[in-house]
Amino acid sequence: MELNSRIPDGPIEKSWDKHRFDLKLVNPANKRKYKILVVGSGLAGASAAATLAELGYEVECFAYQDSPRRAHSIAAQGGINAAKNYQNDGDSIYRLFYDTVKGGDFRAREANVYRLAQVSVNIIDQCVAQGVPFAREYGGMLDNRSFGGAQVSRTFYARGQTGQQLLLGAYQALERQIGLGKVKMFNRHEMQELIVVDGVAKGIVVRDMVTGKVSSHVADAVCLATGGYGNVFFLSTNAKGCNATAAWRAYKKGAAFANPCYTQIHPTCIPVTGDHQSKLTLMSESLRNDGRIWVPKKKEDCGKPASQIPEEDRDYYLERKYPSFGNLAPRDVSSRAAKQVCDEGRGIGSTGRGVYLDFSAAIERLGAKKIEEKYGNLFEMYERITDDNPYKTPMRIYPASHYTMGGLWVDYNLMSTIPGLFVLGEANFSDHGANRLGASALMQGLADGYFVIPYTIGGYLAGVKPGTRISADDPAVKAAEQAVEARTNRLVGIGGKQTPTHFHRELGKVMWEYCGMGRNEAGLKKALEIIPQIREEFWKDVRIPGSGQELNQSLEMAGRVADFLEVGELMCLDALERRESCGGHFREEWQTEEGEAKRDDENFCHVAAWEHKGEGAKPVRHVEPLKFDNVHLATRSYK
Amino acid sequence: MEKHLNLTLQVWRQKDAMSEGEFVEYQAKHISTEMSFLEMLDVVNEEIIRKGEDPIAFDHDCREGICGMCSMVINGRPHGPKERTTTCQLHMRSFDDGDTITIEPWRAKPFPVIRDLIVDRGAFDRIIASGGFISVPTGAPQDANALPVSKQNSDLAMDAAACIGCGACVAACPNASAMLFLSAKVSHLGYLPQGQPERYGRVRNMVSQMDAEAFGTCTNHGECEAACPKGITLETIARMNRDYIKASLTYRPEIASGGAG
Ligand SMILES: Cc1cc2nc3c(=O)[nH]c(=O)nc-3n(C[C@H](O)[C@H](O)[C@H](O)COP(=O)(O)OP(=O)(O)OC[C@H]3O[C@@H](n4cnc5c(N)ncnc54)[C@H](O)[C@@H]3O)c2cc1C
Ligand code: SF4
Ligand code: FES
Repeated sequence: MELNSRIPDGPIEKSWDKHRFDLKLVNPANKRKYKILVVGSGLAGASAAATLAELGYEVECFAYQDSPRRAHSIAAQGGINAAKNYQNDGDSIYRLFYDTVKGGDFRAREANVYRLAQVSVNIIDQCVAQGVPFAREYGGMLDNRSFGGAQVSRTFYARGQTGQQLLLGAYQALERQIGLGKVKMFNRHEMQELIVVDGVAKGIVVRDMVTGKVSSHVADAVCLATGGYGNVFFLSTNAKGCNATAAWRAYKKGAAFANPCYTQIHPTCIPVTGDHQSKLTLMSESLRNDGRIWVPKKKEDCGKPASQIPEEDRDYYLERKYPSFGNLAPRDVSSRAAKQVCDEGRGIGSTGRGVYLDFSAAIERLGAKKIEEKYGNLFEMYERITDDNPYKTPMRIYPASHYTMGGLWVDYNLMSTIPGLFVLGEANFSDHGANRLGASALMQGLADGYFVIPYTIGGYLAGVKPGTRISADDPAVKAAEQAVEARTNRLVGIGGKQTPTHFHRELGKVMWEYCGMGRNEAGLKKALEIIPQIREEFWKDVRIPGSGQELNQSLEMAGRVADFLEVGELMCLDALERRESCGGHFREEWQTEEGEAKRDDENFCHVAAWEHKGEGAKPVRHVEPLKFDNVHLATRSYK
Repeated sequence: MEKHLNLTLQVWRQKDAMSEGEFVEYQAKHISTEMSFLEMLDVVNEEIIRKGEDPIAFDHDCREGICGMCSMVINGRPHGPKERTTTCQLHMRSFDDGDTITIEPWRAKPFPVIRDLIVDRGAFDRIIASGGFISVPTGAPQDANALPVSKQNSDLAMDAAACIGCGACVAACPNASAMLFLSAKVSHLGYLPQGQPERYGRVRNMVSQMDAEAFGTCTNHGECEAACPKGITLETIARMNRDYIKASLTYRPEIASGGAG
């Protein structure tokens, strides 16, 4: 397998311009002759589908929800970064680029990140033109705030509902194209197979989740924008339906999977309350702008109400350890610090796995009204879930699985190792290295969909002769459909005793324990023994009532769990092979005396991309070396 | 403080759009008050699956009140007893030990039941597709700060834009009117300068799509406002009506554009 990143040469400031000029163009009259499938309608998928249709391509779009507006992107709270420098505080494209490369702990591609920072400014312009109601100052100008890992205010936000508003903007653009007949939307359709002919992506097989009907769609190119695999941990901040199925089918058909072990554990989520827990709720990182994080200095104080612990007995551990970034230290650093204090026995709450996020100082300084204006809906959400009032008592928070930096490997054009298969948004691996900075996922999803794929896919299609699509009864199409049906029949036919959720929860416990915030060789090896056992149990003992020919939520869930049981294994394998600590991947064997991550640039300054070699065979690890010509490799410090 | 409850559920079961439905009784035992309503149903479903029966089908995804997927009528109220709270954010501490809870799907002609508690809300998407947008193709709009928007208008736009498209307003309305949903979008875009060029055409097109979808007319019952989990108010409907009247008065058929010559 060849990993050709196709990074343009020359100075980084010019690469994207030059590349766009070098890309071949599709004649406008020919565009309608090409059909493109966009799987996913989140920020990446909806923006891509709308834009490609505006350009004149024939587009079909797929989502598992009942409307494109409900994609998981809707839940993003805090904001979106852009190098506008509206605050005149020293921001620039170069600084956003620099912060992102550093934040990713030098494990992302420089050229991709630079392009991301460049188009970030266009995104804000586009969204405002669409009517996205970003927060404004009294003078009518756009407001900004700062986010973890940055010392400038470059984050644009719409109350605590930024993802919702951005997605509605993209959704409305998409609906406009649907209304014009330029995009055909397939809601409640789940992609279950990729059709590959002679090594080139030619279509997908989907299951209609209402009728159970399996059908194929053939096309000239396929874009996956199906989101991340964070639900491999069972408990995560992702929506319940988020899954790895589409990406995993592509992996099995030859698309390399890059850096699966790079997962992000978000520091500020509402702690687990019991075994019934079905998901975890994020409290936006923006809260760290005004909230101070602490635990009691003494173990004995942990059971007391916060109000009875005097100031001098509180340990504001982030401010203590990272005086210059303080409560705004990046996510990986903050999460690990929370784990550490809880491991020391200083955690709070009924389970002892929690820390305080305290607003009393900010309320005193700015007044409750100002705080309400900034975070009102988050406070409300917190109170609804916990029955505690955060204006009066500090929030209790703990880290949870949130985002996956790893994903399908793509080149500079966002094309996977399967020609004709493009991957956008969280589903690809490209821009965040080993740790994503806050407010950068929304930026990347929209960059990919609005401003990158519309150009790069043209470069690919210009080399595909119009009218050469395979026919719907091509043997490859039939074979793919049969594979889907066989899998469904197999699942339904097991007739065991346990529910799909049972296996998912078991997998989640293993992943959290051995491949979560801290990882080590013994633990990962153990996980690699346990996961195949759970998988075997699953295929023997799962119970799925009903049939494949109807709306069957147990079947949907079982299909996803079956894939997570394989994804989890690859994650552990990748984590085992990456013998260094970087970003969200913390190998306990590689840490400094103060417990900070210790990279090994000599041996691991590369992307690891895994190639599937058949069922039961060990996947092969390929390497794409990373070069840092602009930002010099340095130890990340937030002290 | 965590407590545990034993509850009786009366749940609407319906195999598919073609079949008749009926209420079926289930016992929910030892339910923690810390659980969300959907987690309570998860527990009940796990037991149903273990028995080899079909679990209760319901729509959900984000489980944090933002995607608009969850949609249940609980004890006769869309999204249940708690104000401004979606079904997924409702917690069991809102119920008492020994309660009987009825759970039904949205009941409205434009939202046919697909199975159990799941309905088809495609009509909402079609209303948006008919005009709920600003026609600005991806390209190179002007700088975002070139167009100042007063904080007040921006905030009002945001209030209206908070609609999650759940459909509780339709389910609550005796006429199954979609006015609250529709007016929320019309107001969101109408408060902003970017939304002005299409303001009147938008409302006209969206209303005519709404009428085509079998939604009823609004007769000011106000049930929608009470059911809305996002606090969209009747005022948005009044605002939209003003736009609609103006749109009807100023309507001119489109002039066919001439050739480029
Ligand atoms: C609670 C929360 C808060 C966040 N806050 C922020 C923030 O403030 N700032 C920020 O930058 N990032 C934030 N993020 C991260 C960010 O929201 C996501 O990374 C981003 O929205 C992902 O967008 P996407 O378009 O790649 O995928 P998604 O939005 O996940 O969309 C995936 C799409 O694929 C479809 N799909 C999936 N599988 C299939 C299949 N098999 N067949 C058919 N369709 C399928 C789904 O229906 C959906 O339409 C947050 C994430 C979470 C969980
Ligand atoms: S107006 Fe309120 S009730 Fe109606 S769809 Fe929007 S959020 Fe739901
Ligand atoms: S599940 Fe998303 S709003 Fe309830």
